[in-house]
Amino acid sequence: MNETDITQLWVYLSAKPLTGLTITLVAYAIGFWLYQKSDRNPICNPVVIAIALIALLLKVTGTPYATYFEGAQFVHFLLGPATVALAVPLFRQTETLKRALPVIAFGVLFGSLVASASTVILAWALGASPETLASLAPKSVTTPVAMGIAENIGGVPALTAVCVIATGIVGATLGPMVMNMARLKDWRARGFAMGVASHGIGTARAFQVNETAGAFSGLAMGLNTLATALTIPFLWHWIFG
Amino acid sequence: MIAAFALILVCQLFGEVVSELFDLPVPGPVIGLVLLFLGLLIKRNPPKVLTDAADNLLIHFSLLFVPAGVGVVTQIDRLKGDWLPIAAALIVSTLLAMVLTALLMSKLLPKAKPGESLEDGQ
Repeated sequence: MNETDITQLWVYLSAKPLTGLTITLVAYAIGFWLYQKSDRNPICNPVVIAIALIALLLKVTGTPYATYFEGAQFVHFLLGPATVALAVPLFRQTETLKRALPVIAFGVLFGSLVASASTVILAWALGASPETLASLAPKSVTTPVAMGIAENIGGVPALTAVCVIATGIVGATLGPMVMNMARLKDWRARGFAMGVASHGIGTARAFQVNETAGAFSGLAMGLNTLATALTIPFLWHWIFG
Repeated sequence: MIAAFALILVCQLFGEVVSELFDLPVPGPVIGLVLLFLGLLIKRNPPKVLTDAADNLLIHFSLLFVPAGVGVVTQIDRLKGDWLPIAAALIVSTLLAMVLTALLMSKLLPKAKPGESLEDGQ
């Protein structure tokens, strides 16, 4: 097969949704394999590896993102149902919730506001454009919800997705170190803070370190999803009109 | 399994409709999450098919982020222009929010039972 044949074959294949879907699953499988090989080192994040591999492939083959997304949208679609499904792990924490409801509610609201307010103020002070500010504001909640919020307040959902994933990785890798420096010893508080500041990626990390930390992290992540989705859009429209 | 997925989709659809109808800034799936959570609180013992379906959707939750994340290729120019504020916000405010929340919670939560706290010298 000569080069023209291969090019023609790629042009044919890349127009099929099957290709984008297959590439997504294969790239993630490679990323997950490397993650396990590295003894679950949070730096070897399977999502980051998959994104990098696919981005490289698109660049090398000159395939537009829109063409890729025609296949990848089948995976993307599942974000909605998966967000609804978060109700189940949240329900498993009902007992914990009941025992300290006012403290937990206050903690989530506090963490949610600190995360988004400090993000917006810092990025604004350093000269970020308005679209970038709106894309960054919901960065501490899980991707589908963050993208929904960003879209609502005038951000760029694709940029938000990238920032959310980066936030998770920063929290999971540097978070425990910084909390050690601050002499924080309570696993419940540590896990809770991981969930609030770095959503699912932080929660996955918290579960690896300590069971109690993981449970509190999952609880905080679920509640923060709600708190941020219910407060940020209203605050944003109220402040910026 | 089909019934469980159907239930999850019905919750989401309801959320999307409510969000659209009342022009709410809250994404439809979040309203669906609240609806399902309330349903679970009322039902108390959720059927195993439902919890299994939810767990299966969430095991590889991070896979679902990949297609959106690849969208970074369309954002290279914006990232180049705003790299400093983006990097600073990602690192500084994520860690700030984490430490402040952990400090607050360690003061407010009832005293830790044995095993709930990192031991000295560990």
